[in-house]
Amino acid sequence: MAQLHLWEALQRAHDEELANDDGVIVMGEDVGKAGGTYKATLGLWTKYGEKRVIDTPISEGSFTGIAIGASFLGMRPIVEIMSVNFAWLAMDQLMNTAAKVRYMSGGQLTAPIVMRSPGGTAHQLGAQHSARMEKVFMGVAGLRVVTPSTPKQAYGLLKSAVRCDDPVFINEHERMYGLRGEVPDGEYFHPLEGSRVAREGKDVTLFGYNISTWWNLEAAKILARKHGIDCEVIDLFSLKPLDREGIARSVTKTHRALISEEAEAPVGVGSEVMAILNEECFFELDAAPVRVSALDVPVPYNAALEHAAIPSTEWVVDAVLEMFGKGA
Amino acid sequence: MDDKLRHRLLQDMVYARRFEERCYEAYVERKIGGFLHLYPGQEACAYGVMAAARPGHDYVITGYRDHIHAIACGVDPKAVMAELYGKATGCSRGFGGSMHIFDVAHRFMGGYAIVGGPFPLAAGMALALKQQGHDDTISICFLGDAANNQGTFHETMNMASVWELPVLFVCENNLYGIGTALERSTAVHDQYERVAGYDIPAAMADGQDVEAVYDAAKVAVDHVRNNRRPYFLELKTYRFRGHSMSDGGKYRTKEEEAEWKKRDPIRILRDRLIAEGKMTKADYKQIDRGAIKLVEDVSVAFAENSAEPDVTDVTSYVYAEHDPWVRGGSI
Repeated sequence: MAQLHLWEALQRAHDEELANDDGVIVMGEDVGKAGGTYKATLGLWTKYGEKRVIDTPISEGSFTGIAIGASFLGMRPIVEIMSVNFAWLAMDQLMNTAAKVRYMSGGQLTAPIVMRSPGGTAHQLGAQHSARMEKVFMGVAGLRVVTPSTPKQAYGLLKSAVRCDDPVFINEHERMYGLRGEVPDGEYFHPLEGSRVAREGKDVTLFGYNISTWWNLEAAKILARKHGIDCEVIDLFSLKPLDREGIARSVTKTHRALISEEAEAPVGVGSEVMAILNEECFFELDAAPVRVSALDVPVPYNAALEHAAIPSTEWVVDAVLEMFGKGA
Repeated sequence: MDDKLRHRLLQDMVYARRFEERCYEAYVERKIGGFLHLYPGQEACAYGVMAAARPGHDYVITGYRDHIHAIACGVDPKAVMAELYGKATGCSRGFGGSMHIFDVAHRFMGGYAIVGGPFPLAAGMALALKQQGHDDTISICFLGDAANNQGTFHETMNMASVWELPVLFVCENNLYGIGTALERSTAVHDQYERVAGYDIPAAMADGQDVEAVYDAAKVAVDHVRNNRRPYFLELKTYRFRGHSMSDGGKYRTKEEEAEWKKRDPIRILRDRLIAEGKMTKADYKQIDRGAIKLVEDVSVAFAENSAEPDVTDVTSYVYAEHDPWVRGGSI
């Protein structure tokens, strides 16, 4: 297996899908000649030409609509939104058209586009470049939402998303493009639904996705080494739909649950996981489930303020210790 | 225009008028739910343009005042009426309603209810036609004047021009955005002037005279089809009814409405044909009675007698069924 950076895994997936199907096109700001802000399309403009790898003007609302219109006629557009904060501008077309057109046409028309975009906080980018918007996308029927935590997932999820007949939003993390990990040498497709057991354990389940999976894995090491608490870590790579069975299966084993997320708590992945625990395995719980979430504030610029607003491994460790009555 | 086409367009417009008036009645009878936006007064726009285009071959998309555009593309009127009734036999299986008429088989790619939303969708279809090398097919977008105040208008005109997309934008300028007059909301009143900033050829025609619409549309359609570039056609028109069924109509004067009714597109063509001795008043009455009967006996009867959708289908059509990529592969 090759060791690739997450951006290299994405670049390889784009390359293979462009080669596989003439209907695949890539659209976005600086995806072409400039090679992509995070290099996810590096070299592809030269290789496939400007008709297939399309530099767009800064018009998110309408180039998303153009991608959807092209998908009506069998194209498979991959739309890169440079920062998820700009996806608000594309929301009308994504939510009102892509997510709903199959339904409101009685199954006649579908919009198989992929939209991928980095979100999350990334060192003092301030309130308008630090959004975590997965909660918005996962609230709408008709859209799929996946979020990679490893290069292998980034590669395999993008490949499956391109081929899936539903619109798929891929929530990437701005700080994770440089993450290195193993990616299969051969072609590999990752399922778009389900969850991954990232670490097996018996005492408590730590649910997370994308960057918070890494906090949870780190917290699990600390808790095992220093406190003798054996954590299971579940990676929720599919946010829409969430893996109800996988969530219930793990908690039925550990009887305790924590969900960590980089986003603010209200109306988020954490609240959904809590609801699923209630609905699927309430009587398996030995303790009240806990959420570790960002403060409910716009993200501040100052480094100390930003640090105070956003969760980390330490927040997860502290929350687990408190759950076990070992808090400070 | 040859007389055969003029007669056909008159018949089509009379049919459309009677179809929409029957929808009005069905709405009052509560057979049709939701919002209902009717087309009387604007018939020459859809029929004049589609006579110059290739219905069922060119891709057409529009807003929520969409029944007649669909029918002008060849969609079966009884499937449109059944959709308005919410029946399973409706063209969108009862999942769409008045604002979401779809018939992909006739390349009628839908009615959409977000003002300005179809602009980029139409350009996207044109992008696909260009990529796929379908050089004899074009994309046509019908929208109203008020849509031109959305950002999607400006963004899409820019991209359609810079990417040289084969798309025809037809602006049916009925002078009102819901209840707000054009001159109270829009700095430039002649809409075709607004695309000059995007280097797109544009023209304006009398949207009440179907022959004038046809002549202007012929130029527009030929330009897009042959040169593979966008074109913008403004049609000055007027809707005789309110914006929707819930419109109180307080924003227009009776005098203005009466003036425009003198310019009824059906009346203009009918009077011209009669004056030229191509038709008698009795012929016209026969056409009109035939249209009323056809709407009633075919479309309304079909809609009335069709079954409701099965409620267990409520979760259908949200996602692709059995998509292999959803659960395929290993983690």
